[in-house]
Amino acid sequence: MDLSGFRDPEIARGLIDAIDVAAQHLSRPVKIMEVCGTHTVAIAKNGLRAVMPDNVTLLSGPGCPVCVTANEDIDVAIELAKQPGVIVTSFGDMMKVPGSYSSLAKEKAAGRDVRIVYSPLDALSLAKKTPDKQVVFVAVGFETTVPLIAASILRAQEEGIENFSIFSAHKTVPKALEALVNDPDVEIDAFILPGHVSTIIGQEPYEFLAEHYKVPGVITGFEPVDVLQGIYMILKQLEEGRAEIEIAYHRGVEPGGNPTAKALVEKVFEPIDADWRGIGVIPGTGLGIRAEYDHYNAVKRIPVTPPEPKEIKGCQCGEVLRGITLPYQCKLFGKGCTPEHPIGPCMVSSEGSCAAYYRFTDYGREG
Amino acid sequence: MRADRILLAHGSGGTMMRELIEECIVPDFDDDALKRLDDAASLDMPAGRVAFSTDTYVVNPIFFPGGDIGRLAVCGTVNDVATSGATPLYLSVGFVLEEGFPIEDLRKVMLSMKDAAREAGVHIVTGDTKVVEKGHGDGIFINTAGIGHLAEGVDLSGSYVRPGDKILLSGTLGDHGIAIVSTREGLEFETSIETDAAPLNKLIANVLAAAPGTRCFRDPTRGGLASTLNEIADASKVSITVTETAVPVKPQVRGASEMLGYDVFQVANEGKMVAIVPAEQADAALAAMKASPYGEDAAIIGEAGDGRAGKVYVYTSFGATRIMDMLVGEQLPRIC
Repeated sequence: MDLSGFRDPEIARGLIDAIDVAAQHLSRPVKIMEVCGTHTVAIAKNGLRAVMPDNVTLLSGPGCPVCVTANEDIDVAIELAKQPGVIVTSFGDMMKVPGSYSSLAKEKAAGRDVRIVYSPLDALSLAKKTPDKQVVFVAVGFETTVPLIAASILRAQEEGIENFSIFSAHKTVPKALEALVNDPDVEIDAFILPGHVSTIIGQEPYEFLAEHYKVPGVITGFEPVDVLQGIYMILKQLEEGRAEIEIAYHRGVEPGGNPTAKALVEKVFEPIDADWRGIGVIPGTGLGIRAEYDHYNAVKRIPVTPPEPKEIKGCQCGEVLRGITLPYQCKLFGKGCTPEHPIGPCMVSSEGSCAAYYRFTDYGREG
Repeated sequence: MRADRILLAHGSGGTMMRELIEECIVPDFDDDALKRLDDAASLDMPAGRVAFSTDTYVVNPIFFPGGDIGRLAVCGTVNDVATSGATPLYLSVGFVLEEGFPIEDLRKVMLSMKDAAREAGVHIVTGDTKVVEKGHGDGIFINTAGIGHLAEGVDLSGSYVRPGDKILLSGTLGDHGIAIVSTREGLEFETSIETDAAPLNKLIANVLAAAPGTRCFRDPTRGGLASTLNEIADASKVSITVTETAVPVKPQVRGASEMLGYDVFQVANEGKMVAIVPAEQADAALAAMKASPYGEDAAIIGEAGDGRAGKVYVYTSFGATRIMDMLVGEQLPRIC
């Protein structure tokens, strides 16, 4: 697909002008939160915050799956890596995320067999090639990545691959947004809703935001013009006093989502409670592997007891993830905590809001 | 060669090692100084100063679209020597081979080294081969060192850049890094992108002749353009602003970078050169670049300023400004 039109500076500038006009009609300053790490990066990389009117603030929310992974889950992954005969695999961003006492990268340096893969199917291939080892895939992510994980479990079952299992630390988005809306410390007027997640789940799971809480949301794509269009549509809703869930990302999202992918997830996973870093336990926002697939559930196959979890001293990732604290307002930002020497997960992950602020803005830099 | 794979004995210093060198390596390189098999090559050098550089190549995979580790090892060191403004003349080559490495692959690598050296006009004059046990290497590692001649008065440095100087780039960004990553197991995607590995000594000589006031040349390899410009901004205590729309990037590279979550400014190149020249010589330098081999897509992409010292900014197509930061952490897979 030719996406050049979605990067066209002329179209973008037209939208920026339209945003300016819409913002002049607002009765008060507004805060719009994006809840997808790819949006976080797109906004920072294209300098979109700098072109917003003074009365429109863009906040980053809990949109980076690596960042919202609780310490305790990282600790479990680390314990799995310490077990003899186990190969732990995960996406690259998981490697450096600090748990309570260590990280997968540190464990790898200490001689544990920890490997970066690009897909759970890579981990499945590795299991085939190393039948004498247990290959565990540490799965973090939102609804977007879960269908592929489900497919890998089904394929392992079909092919009789016995030495493959998943540690599921998945999370689902809609109920987390409800938790944010209900949080008295959080001020959000509207959501830029995640395009990729919505490709799977569609529009309906967010409708409660508009109906019950009167919070508008626009499902948005990832090119600069997409993001600007999403913001413009939100401002029009706020200006007109409407609260609806709209789709700006029609080339990627059907209102009903992807029924095949949803069925696949439903077959293998069931909702469970999940612990979100900085937010706490949100009922029903996790995805546990159903009992009939216990054989592929790493924590059932290889029981481990992680040490008592310990939060990172001084780290404000929790507040950053809820949009209460902006990255550069954290005392550690750019001082003790940089991408080279990250303390909190929001600085580790390529989609973390602290990393995005640090990489693409002047905040937190001496000189 | 009776063996079809490298054996430990090929690094023993005995007859098998001699057989490998005499039958497999020397004939391919076909250089008089090398044929003598002395421990040191005696070389003719013009009077004046010498530029000297070394680099080690550990790329994985060793064969990739448009090139291989051999071409990389010659072009990389030729370019490192040439960035000083010197004319590269001689290279040394050190191989670390892993037991079991196919001799046929070694031959392929040799031939591409020979071709690259011929293209660059340099001689491979001395070398060394070591063999490590299986599991202690990754097939083949290559070290090359290069010697070049620096003409009288040539004095280039990344610390000489001044506000107002123009930043030139010799062609499209990111081709090499994307070509390598496209072959990575589990990531194979259809792309026509090939490595840009190329010797740029002639391009540099042409630019230097057209723009004698050139402050410096840099080849933006690991860490890409972002690392190169940050290093220069830091060394010269200037700010640098790059105009995003002026930077040439192939659409396939841009698409792949976005798919993989890479910043194209941080993706590696092996056949591109950055030149920083005084504003009044920029047009002449650009014309010389465009007229040189591997420079047809050259562009003026930005300029140095007197903003915050050591900072590199990108002026985006929407009129916003953002930081162009250096790459953090490791690059996967190994790219050079």
